[in-house]
Amino acid sequence: MNIHEYQAKDLFRQYGVKTLDGVVASNPDEAAKACKDLGGKIWVVKAQVHAGGRGKGGGIVLCRSADEVYEAASNLIGKNLVTPQTTSEGVEVRKVYVEEGCNISRELYLGIVLDREKELPVIMASTEGGVEIEEVAHKNPEKILKVHADPITGLGDWQAREIAFGLGLEGNQIKNCIKFMKQLYQLFVDLDCSIVEINPLVVSSDNEVIALDAKINFDSSGLFRHKEIEELRDTNEEEPLETRANAVGLNYIKLDGEIGCMVNGAGLAMATMDIIKLHGGEPANFLDVGGGADSKQVAEGFKVILSDPGVKAIFVNIFGGIMRCDFIAEGIIEAAKEIDMEVPLIVRLAGTNVELGKKMLSESGLDLIAADDMDDGARKSIMAIGGGK
Amino acid sequence: MSIWLDSKSKIVVQGITGKNGQFHSEQMLDYGSKVVGGVTPGKGGQETLGLPIWDTMNEAVDAGANVSCVFVPPAFAADAIMEAADSGIELIVGITEGIPALDMVKVKKYLSSKDTRLIGPNCPGIITPGESKVGIMPGHIHRRGDVGVISRSGTLTYEAVNQVTEKGLGQSTCIGIGGDPVNGTNFIDCLEAFENDKNTKSIIMIGEIGGSAEEIASEYVKEHISKPVVGFIAGRTAPPGKRMGHAGAIISGGKGTASEKMKAMERAGIHVTENPAELGTTLENIL
Repeated sequence: MNIHEYQAKDLFRQYGVKTLDGVVASNPDEAAKACKDLGGKIWVVKAQVHAGGRGKGGGIVLCRSADEVYEAASNLIGKNLVTPQTTSEGVEVRKVYVEEGCNISRELYLGIVLDREKELPVIMASTEGGVEIEEVAHKNPEKILKVHADPITGLGDWQAREIAFGLGLEGNQIKNCIKFMKQLYQLFVDLDCSIVEINPLVVSSDNEVIALDAKINFDSSGLFRHKEIEELRDTNEEEPLETRANAVGLNYIKLDGEIGCMVNGAGLAMATMDIIKLHGGEPANFLDVGGGADSKQVAEGFKVILSDPGVKAIFVNIFGGIMRCDFIAEGIIEAAKEIDMEVPLIVRLAGTNVELGKKMLSESGLDLIAADDMDDGARKSIMAIGGGK
Repeated sequence: MSIWLDSKSKIVVQGITGKNGQFHSEQMLDYGSKVVGGVTPGKGGQETLGLPIWDTMNEAVDAGANVSCVFVPPAFAADAIMEAADSGIELIVGITEGIPALDMVKVKKYLSSKDTRLIGPNCPGIITPGESKVGIMPGHIHRRGDVGVISRSGTLTYEAVNQVTEKGLGQSTCIGIGGDPVNGTNFIDCLEAFENDKNTKSIIMIGEIGGSAEEIASEYVKEHISKPVVGFIAGRTAPPGKRMGHAGAIISGGKGTASEKMKAMERAGIHVTENPAELGTTLENIL
């Protein structure tokens, strides 16, 4: 789960990680007032959207008066912002963050992620701040400093020092950087983060180490013990159908194709999308109904799939393990009662209680196309919408 | 005949009184697995399914259990795994889905000083057909044979197993290693064990997008595996930056794509199929 920059900076402050003062605003008046409250002579107005690359998209504006802040806010709020990380339509800006200015002497990069190979959190830093870090990692991997923290003892002072010296910091900057990193690591661990990234991390002219930007991504599996974090979720930033499916415990991701998929298990769901593509079709979604879904969740899954106007056929591919085929059959029948199945329905059932599931479907009188296996199902789905050979 | 699990394995189910623990303990017993009891703290001394319940894993091990199957909910699963490891059990199979990744980082660190093997979490488990199953896979699709199956996913493994069985072949042992970013047993552990198992003649390896486990395993296959390997990677059509169900299945920073993984497999001499419905056929063709 992602949060906005202003929310991430609130968390930073709670952990004593240094940020600049700022105020979030929902309209130009609030933004203009914010800059007066903040004081100073220079402010930055920043669009609050989850997508990165805001600077390149014109979402970060330097202002020298309250009028300029007002103007910047009115140019951003309510408009769509297009960045290298959004679609060509962009995403709507609902809030801006007005932040005090700062005298920057150096721009650096700092990130903490889980290193899956080493199975430990890794702290990464680079002197190449403010630019795409993936590009640095690709072209100049030696410019990225890395230390791995031990899950029991945490990030050691010596490890933080290694990074601080590696970044070429001097005098008080070193002490400030060490404190910054240790507090940030604590936040990463306490809040079950999967990514904490600061790009740029700046050294100010008075030797402070400050998070100029803030990006946090949380491990969804850890959210059950952080209700306060769950409340930071901004569903405006999510695909509405994904939010709706998630609300009933289904794992759904919208894609751009024509064949809706309902599958149990993430691996099989991906493989089902792959096989549709392999035979010349385009999957409309990823949907894993999981192992514990009941017929009501299955029915809701159908409604979600059918809410996507691009869907022209639905391929149900179930290999029952924990999930029983009769539950799926019941869900299909229940969904068909409530909504018009206007598109062809192709069903492949295998595994636990398959005979019962097939029997229920055939007795229901529903108009559906039965498939022998997943290859057959994918081909029949494509044929049903007039494609394939 | 198999790796890590056979008809002599004595199984304790951690979380046996929960809904899933109960249902699947029954399924395991039906399959013929030797489930000797369960652990639910606070319910020690009671019985379920005609089996004893213990309060602690130490009691289970004292009673002879050497394999544990974990159905404990995510919030308590890391603790349950560490308790099992501390009790000196040989094999832990973690079924639980949704354990926080940083909990698993601690578990892995803890396990590094123990002799216990962990399979999973977030996995279907392990089965040696005709002998024993520990986990949630449907037993009836399996058949005793000489194909070793390793996979990061659950139902896709059933798909592969079913195809093998329908070709008239069978499996020596099938292992789901789980779809989380940090897990216990990895591809290489399984590959090494299958290479050393004289009754395994070929291997099916099923990976998915995210991380670099498949690339590293492919290098290992190139150097150390003499038996034929058939491979598949799920998620060719998955968009970057989206978590495809499994916590570990995400393409981030341009890394972990299916095509990179398939290329790495091909370079290692693995017989890669692009069609998940042709795993059985691909295997049949090379044998």
